[in-house]
Amino acid sequence: MEIFSQQILNGLVLGSVYALVALGYTMVYGILGLINFAHGEVVMVGALTALSVTNALLVAAPGLPAPVILLLAVLVAMIACMLLGFSIERIAYRPLRRAPRLAPLITAIGVSILLQTVAMLIWGRQYHTVPALIPARPHTVAGATITDVGIVIIAVSALIMLGLLLLVHFTKLGRAMRATAENQLVSGLMGVDINRIISATFVIGSALAAVAGVLVSANYGIAHYYMGFTLGLKAFTAAVLGGIGNLGGAMLGGVLLGLIESLGAGYIGHLTDLCQFESLRQASLELARNCTGSAEVPLFGSNYQDVFAFLVLITVLVFRPTGLLGERVSERA
Amino acid sequence: MNLGELSVARKTLLLAVVAAGALALTGCAKKEEAVKIGHAGPLTGPIAHLGKDNENGVRLALDEANTAGTMIGGKKVTFEMQSEDDQADPKQGTIVAQKLVDAKVVGVVGHLNSGTTIPASKIYSDAGIPQISPSATAVTYTHQGFKTAFRVMANDAQQGKVLGEYAVGKLGAKTIAIIDDRSAYGQGLADEFEKAAKAAGAQIVTREFTGTDKTDFNAILTSIKGKGPDLIFYGGMDSQSGPMMKQIKNLGLASKFLTGDGGQTVEFIKLAGDAGEGAYASSPGVPLDQMPGGKAFAEKYKSKFNLEIQLYAPYAYDAASVMLAAMKKADSTDPAKYLPALASIAFQGVTGNISFDENGDIKGGSISLYQVKDGKWKYLETVGG
Repeated sequence: MEIFSQQILNGLVLGSVYALVALGYTMVYGILGLINFAHGEVVMVGALTALSVTNALLVAAPGLPAPVILLLAVLVAMIACMLLGFSIERIAYRPLRRAPRLAPLITAIGVSILLQTVAMLIWGRQYHTVPALIPARPHTVAGATITDVGIVIIAVSALIMLGLLLLVHFTKLGRAMRATAENQLVSGLMGVDINRIISATFVIGSALAAVAGVLVSANYGIAHYYMGFTLGLKAFTAAVLGGIGNLGGAMLGGVLLGLIESLGAGYIGHLTDLCQFESLRQASLELARNCTGSAEVPLFGSNYQDVFAFLVLITVLVFRPTGLLGERVSERA
Repeated sequence: MNLGELSVARKTLLLAVVAAGALALTGCAKKEEAVKIGHAGPLTGPIAHLGKDNENGVRLALDEANTAGTMIGGKKVTFEMQSEDDQADPKQGTIVAQKLVDAKVVGVVGHLNSGTTIPASKIYSDAGIPQISPSATAVTYTHQGFKTAFRVMANDAQQGKVLGEYAVGKLGAKTIAIIDDRSAYGQGLADEFEKAAKAAGAQIVTREFTGTDKTDFNAILTSIKGKGPDLIFYGGMDSQSGPMMKQIKNLGLASKFLTGDGGQTVEFIKLAGDAGEGAYASSPGVPLDQMPGGKAFAEKYKSKFNLEIQLYAPYAYDAASVMLAAMKKADSTDPAKYLPALASIAFQGVTGNISFDENGDIKGGSISLYQVKDGKWKYLETVGG
């Protein structure tokens, strides 16, 4: 049972990060109908910028307490990513506002590759070690171990998501964003500055991405120029799983995907264990030989972890194409 | 034809062609020759630091040969390195191999990973170009029947056996969990380790798998935690084993940790941080300071590149050096001519004596064991050699 609760805890930590990044994807898709492939790279830039700031501060001002350094690093990373997100939207996506859907999609992929390469040139190709500003002290909860970093990740993600929901539902900006997401043309006619709202969406998403980047690099202790790719892909999957365009869906999808991956990788070997099938053991001599004691011979090992996650996605979409909480995309007249 | 009848333009053209031809012919009579040695390894990606390490080793060897001035076949030969990035990806490895063959290199030091070296070796063999790998330890590489495949360190059959016996015999592990990264190297080493550990009497509680690009192992480590093994063995590279050690400590796993040469690096200690303390690893050959030319090589390397040696640089240096020595022995840079010389050579390299058996494996290879103590790799013992 404690292993189960450990996997759940791992999944929650993983899922919180997916949720933060998924929010960026879902907000942009809800308003523009565009999959911002460059978003994963914004996460990476946030992580690496925070790392550079941390390293610089550790050298220049060694007396500063760790939480202060962390806060400064996060702030600088957020500013950098917000500027980056704003620039990407202005330079790469705005000119293509009226273009057929394929053009901004390919541009997004192009921006993603561009950012990866620029990051490689600036930060090099190697894996960078992230100084442990949040101590990795393990605590035991219900028989499972979680570190301080893990607790911070879950707490910070929850707070940010709450903040975003409050922003979107209770402020003027949030109302304008929801209106733009519903119908861009009519909102414009009602006096909403569409360009400003779209820029704000990218900026907010990028700020979230920066925080996610810092949290991910703190959790694994490493950051490198290619870390955004798989993370972005998984986060986008999470957004689709929950219902693209739907903020609650992105959060749910993120956490759910994290849990599925964790539990999947942990139990898939056990579930597909060929040793449990008496008939197979009798049919194959080699299998019988290998199945001694409590040994398992899995059909699908834990390297099928990613396959499992995407299989779940496909299954959900087959039965519920709009995702778990339903998609919310703008109506195009 | 009557030259006098040609127009002025035609005459000028003819003169130019004749002049060019004469210049080309004078080139043939040059007393100098530029020869390309190929290097292939991952210069980008998670183990770019190891690929660069190899490249530097080869560069050092070639620069020294050029400075000393090498005469082969009556001509002064300058060696150029053509270094290609195979990204540790088997698909890219074959593309790069073909590129090197087309560029008419006379020999290749590479690749780094077994996963790239094995498919590339077919291409080099078809072109008759000798290939010496400084780091690919998978057994298959030299057992494909290619006359051009060589390596300058012991292979995984030996390494896995030593590791398995060490885990059970010296570390006293009765229950072992094995993880590998599903690459030709990681999987091969883990399989050999499993065979040896089972033969020594240990029980393998589980085999888990990950990938060469993964950084999150919490799920499989949690699953392993549930089985509580005495020892965890990882077949793969430092870019995974480093973070893995961190996650092992975070999950409160008390098992010992053992890995192969892919993790016996400075980078592993950097990536694992404090969590790396107490980890065990093996490496083919002997430690740098026990190698006959080790200390001198380390100083040369440091002064030229201002970097620490990662892992295989001495082997890359020796691979290039033994290739050059074979060319000198055969007095030819033609692959067809110096290949037999290479197969039968006895060379004193930085890493020790180098001579190859009928498969291309090094004769008398040894495996050494190390443990991380106080943030550094401490040498424990050597088996074989």
